[in-house]
Amino acid sequence: MSSPLITARGLTKKFDEFVAVDEIDFDVARGESFGLLGPNGAGKSTTMRIIGATSQRTSGDLTILGMDPEKFGPQIRAHLGVVPQQDNLDMNLSVSENLYIYGRYFGLSRKFLKTKIEELLEFAQLQEKRNAKVESLSGGMKRRLTIARGLVSEPEILMLDEPTTGLDPQARHILWDRLFRLKEQGVTLVITTHFMDEAEQLCDRLVVMDKGKIMAEGSPAQLIKDYSTKEVLEIRFGSERNSEMADQLRGMCDRIEELPDRILLYSEDGEALLEKIYSAGLHPKTSLVRRSSLEDVFLRLTGRTLVD
Amino acid sequence: MSTPHIRQGSLEIVDQEKIISRGSLYVAQARLTAMMKWIWMILAIAVANPVLYLLSIGIGVGAFIDKSAGAAGIDGVKYLTFLAPALLATAAIQGAIDESVFPTLEGFNWWKNFLGMNATPISGNQIATGVFLASFVRVVGTVIIYWFVMLAFGALESSKAWLAIPTAVMAGVAFGSITQAIAGLLKDENMFFVIFNRFVMMPLFLFSGTFYPLSSMPIYLQWIGWISPLWHATELGRYLTYGHALTQTMAITHMVFLLTLLALGIFFSRRIFTMRLAK
Ligand SMILES: Nc1ncnc2c1ncn2[C@@H]1O[C@H](COP(=O)(O)OP(=O)(O)O)[C@@H](O)[C@H]1O
Ligand SMILES: [Mg+2]
Repeated sequence: MSSPLITARGLTKKFDEFVAVDEIDFDVARGESFGLLGPNGAGKSTTMRIIGATSQRTSGDLTILGMDPEKFGPQIRAHLGVVPQQDNLDMNLSVSENLYIYGRYFGLSRKFLKTKIEELLEFAQLQEKRNAKVESLSGGMKRRLTIARGLVSEPEILMLDEPTTGLDPQARHILWDRLFRLKEQGVTLVITTHFMDEAEQLCDRLVVMDKGKIMAEGSPAQLIKDYSTKEVLEIRFGSERNSEMADQLRGMCDRIEELPDRILLYSEDGEALLEKIYSAGLHPKTSLVRRSSLEDVFLRLTGRTLVD
Repeated sequence: MSTPHIRQGSLEIVDQEKIISRGSLYVAQARLTAMMKWIWMILAIAVANPVLYLLSIGIGVGAFIDKSAGAAGIDGVKYLTFLAPALLATAAIQGAIDESVFPTLEGFNWWKNFLGMNATPISGNQIATGVFLASFVRVVGTVIIYWFVMLAFGALESSKAWLAIPTAVMAGVAFGSITQAIAGLLKDENMFFVIFNRFVMMPLFLFSGTFYPLSSMPIYLQWIGWISPLWHATELGRYLTYGHALTQTMAITHMVFLLTLLALGIFFSRRIFTMRLAK
């Protein structure tokens, strides 16, 4: 394995007194798909902008492609494809002009861009909209155009900040598929998301962030193994009785989490646990056994749910 | 789905040298592409503006003033001839403000497309320079059109009159570069325009020796002319279009003033854009 493409040590970003990113350490290896998972306000976008060599860190060390972004911003950005959380397309221009002009910012030739734009229009399924003004596009179309734009320079590292927010489920799955292909071609992906299914699908390895700090790090499977049980039993007694029942259930399983509308019981065998609850004479209104997810990891680490 | 093209990768295809040398031109290209969508509107304004102004004020009010001024005229010429260089510089300034303030507000506040540009190798300095260059092109076009309308109205009497084109352009872009820097600082621009138009643009327009010589204004208002690029450009324009009396020292002073303003405007635009993007 070659040295990491991105190395962060004690990376910190303050906005005045407010600490948005708090001494985080991580490495991203070449060809890997690396995720930042965390709720809104965790500091994911701030971290992405710093890695994107646009926002300056307050302190800590950061190396991207062997360079310090403070000194070599443009040289690093030459090899990044950035999909920001908020689309920032040039609204004065049409769909294909946006791709063309963006390609020019990378010094790409007209000839190269001519074929590249066709490829990207197809990728984003915007062939019919090529001459439309960006202003007239739907939210999902703008998102797809922003993602396509990030690919115009065939970047070494593709940075996607909440890429599928605003996409319908079908477009979401198509994008995941395309990202897999890029990864197969050796592109390194850095992805933030607050969707645990997206993190599980896309990331080889991820860090769980909360309040500017990294709470845990590992592959999705490893994190689940380390911080949760194999299965989760979700039961509901009705919102007014949940907390009363939770006390009775506490001894029956490894761990219990009380949410406003339901109780989560962590166990290696959910069905067996449910049997035990019934035989204790308790009758939940609804019950569901599922596998543990990153959502449970997050709950364990922070005591809060990921999406509120 | 077609087979994807063979990926070469950014390490192969991105041309860093080219970006360093031409980056600001690419930004200007984006701006000019945007302007081209409005080109007929821009041209219509560029023609209608001088025609209407010179007709109504120059000929209408002018005829009246010329009659009361007698054979001596105003500054020795027809009122139209006296007024036109000031209007020329005003149009240059107005065009420069349009093309520097609005793109800057769009880029930072409304659409944030500067953030998109800056995620590429393009630097804050190049964005600032590119916006400036595109506004420069617009100003040159506006001034040339204005100048020909002046010619058609018989407002150009000197063989040096064509030199009023570069001096008006200089006033426009000098002022534009300053407003570009200021626009780069604005986060909440709503009040700014009201204040700017009432307390900066209007006084400059009225008290820069536009409608009558600065020297005939009360002395306590004359400082407005001195800090106004419009007055400096108007003095130069009057000298160049009809031979208004101007010492060499004053001519140099006017030029130095405008060039200094331009240098400051470009310097601070680049500074402010870069710092704001690095936040
Ligand atoms: N430019 C800024 N100025 C001040 N505070 C900011 C700025 N950008 C982000 N923050 C704050 O930093 C925290 C982290 O934000 P962000 O990185 O956007 O989180 P996330 O992407 O995980 O939702 C938030 O509390 C946010 O309000
Ligand atoms: Mg975010």
